[in-house]
Amino acid sequence: MSESRSIQLPVIGQVDRRTALKAAGATLGAAAFAKAVAPIVEWASQDTSASEFLQKHFKELSDNELTQVMHRLEEETKEEYGAEVSISDTRPQKGVKFGYALNLSICIGCRKCAEACHKENNHDRSSGNSYIRVLEMDKGSLDLESGNADYDHPVPQPDKFYMPVQCQQCDHPPCVNVCPVEATWKEDDGVVVVDYNWCIGCRYCEAACPYHARRFNWTKPEVPAEEINPNQGYLSNRIRPQGVIEKCTYCLHRTREGRLPACLEACPTGARVFGNLLDPNSEISYVLRTKRVFVLKEELGTQPQFFYFFDT
Amino acid sequence: MSQANTAGTTSSHAVTYPRFLWRAVKLSTDGPWFFYAWMTLLTALFLVGVHAWAVQVRDGMAVTNMTDHVSWGLYIANFTFMVGLAAGGVMMVIPAYLYHDDEMHEVVILGELLAIAAIVMCLGFVMVDLGRPDRFWHLIPGIGRFNWPISMLTWDVIVLNGYLLLNLHITGYLLYKRFRGEKPDKKWYLPFVYLSIAWAISIHTVTAFLYCGLGGRPFWNTALLAPRFLASAFVSGPAFIVVAMLIVRRVGGIPIGEAPIRTLTGIMRVTILISLLMVVSEVFTEFYTGGSHIASAEYLYFGLHGHYALVPWVWTSIGMMTLAAILLLKPRVYDNKPLLVAACCLAFVGVWIEKGMGLIIPAFVPSTLHEIVEYLPSLSEWKITVGIWALGLMVFTLALRVSIPILTDQESLYLSRGRRA
Repeated sequence: MSESRSIQLPVIGQVDRRTALKAAGATLGAAAFAKAVAPIVEWASQDTSASEFLQKHFKELSDNELTQVMHRLEEETKEEYGAEVSISDTRPQKGVKFGYALNLSICIGCRKCAEACHKENNHDRSSGNSYIRVLEMDKGSLDLESGNADYDHPVPQPDKFYMPVQCQQCDHPPCVNVCPVEATWKEDDGVVVVDYNWCIGCRYCEAACPYHARRFNWTKPEVPAEEINPNQGYLSNRIRPQGVIEKCTYCLHRTREGRLPACLEACPTGARVFGNLLDPNSEISYVLRTKRVFVLKEELGTQPQFFYFFDT
Repeated sequence: MSQANTAGTTSSHAVTYPRFLWRAVKLSTDGPWFFYAWMTLLTALFLVGVHAWAVQVRDGMAVTNMTDHVSWGLYIANFTFMVGLAAGGVMMVIPAYLYHDDEMHEVVILGELLAIAAIVMCLGFVMVDLGRPDRFWHLIPGIGRFNWPISMLTWDVIVLNGYLLLNLHITGYLLYKRFRGEKPDKKWYLPFVYLSIAWAISIHTVTAFLYCGLGGRPFWNTALLAPRFLASAFVSGPAFIVVAMLIVRRVGGIPIGEAPIRTLTGIMRVTILISLLMVVSEVFTEFYTGGSHIASAEYLYFGLHGHYALVPWVWTSIGMMTLAAILLLKPRVYDNKPLLVAACCLAFVGVWIEKGMGLIIPAFVPSTLHEIVEYLPSLSEWKITVGIWALGLMVFTLALRVSIPILTDQESLYLSRGRRA
């Protein structure tokens, strides 16, 4: 290569032409590159901010900083969605560990729970997303393989039973272990939460979860202003950013204040039982003590805190 | 060799290192017409990928065909394959350094440069798979929150970046020394070479652990995964290098001996059979046992409840690998170059299908609640994937473009000075 250069014609002219061509090529390339990345520039200027970019992990925020962050998020919701909302962070109560039980004998598969979840948690409207999937199962089998979540006919069908599945708030949550950035963790009351402003969106947790409990925000959620639930928790139902993972939090913005989860309130048959596992007088403790309960995929050792039982 | 000249020309690193870098820049922007054509083509493809990625960042990953059911797709499939390719280069390093195969030593840099290009692609595929690439800094130890040692993904961050640095150091050091016309000091590269051998095994083992440690995904949850990854990596790596050597020899006019090609062919002969054996072993265990745990394997090999998207692919892969294995069994296959290239290409594509889409997608079909949602990549995903491949080939081409003249002593401090004087 160096030989070929040395035998070429007048060096000055050659260098000039080559350099000129190279410069033209480089300019063209740089222009094309700028054009190619333009959508990112657009996104960065509209959908994110320096304070969001630099925001610390939830556990590293001081009370003051957290208040500021929540205030900023309220402002953003007003700006982008046109809704007045109030975002707060209620901490777990001492001596409380949440448990959930579901009576498969009386669940009729109406999916009111999934609908309530959709509204309560400000899910993207067009995708009809919800943290609950209700499986229609063949009587005589607990094998999930016989389940179908896409049924579209009157319920209950005589030869079927119905099994709603949502986050099992495992005591050994594989999703928490795999997260490379500690964006998800188990709180003292047993609820597994996600810091939506720390999650990098790698979806490893979604691959690790054996219960299909996690959802990804494939787009920026769209919710009309009048449908937005204004009572929002920082770690639960506030409108999530695009590109992060979300999941059921047992409606911690309600349950930590002594209310019941939205899915339970919506259930017309009373199939759902929620409460404090550490309180021997709670209804959930009564169910665990007196009914033959089981958990999903017990063999995986995830130790779900969501229990199923039959009562007839 | 130029060592004799060095005494008089040795000067401070502060002077020669910038000059070395400058030569590298010069070399990488200079070449015959087909070099420009090739680089222009790659740049164009790369830019198509960059644009598709920019749109994905703006509009969200809904532009892909991934869903909450199949939450990893073409990107992670290619990532997994590229980790294997990066590890595969070690099949040149082992003969060259552990068994003092001199002819292999002459060309071993090809394997190291391949590792660099492949790791760059791995990092690219991880980056484009992130929903929030703006938050990648959360992954940096010390600055973000690094969930080490429990998250296997943090191990992967360490081993992949470590492998990249090791190979950059080894190749960079050797080239720089050669540029200065000096004999490389063993203590500055040999320990790193030995470390890189173990490290190569580790990058693919850790990547397998990423998947096989997930109890909720029975398709991945097998102890055979890491050995299978390594075996197929030692097929795809040598296959790529053999073809690259033949191209470099013809296009670049670089004298590359027959011995390294023969050695690599011999390695592939064995590793491709081990690879196929492991496929058979896996298939037997799954299907003889039966039960609902094999639904994914059923989906992959035979289709499940009327869903067949991957069936033609996986059988194409098995067909290609088998054919390649048979061709490679021919005693003097390396003497018949078209046949050898055919075998390498078949093996390479076969592994790409098997370890890419064939490994990632079935783990999600059926989903953990046994729902069946199929996945085929969207146009955006293909564009981004092609863009990253173009980037990788660009890195590899430029690395060769800079290294070969320096290694063949067409470019050294002494010569370039002489020419300028």
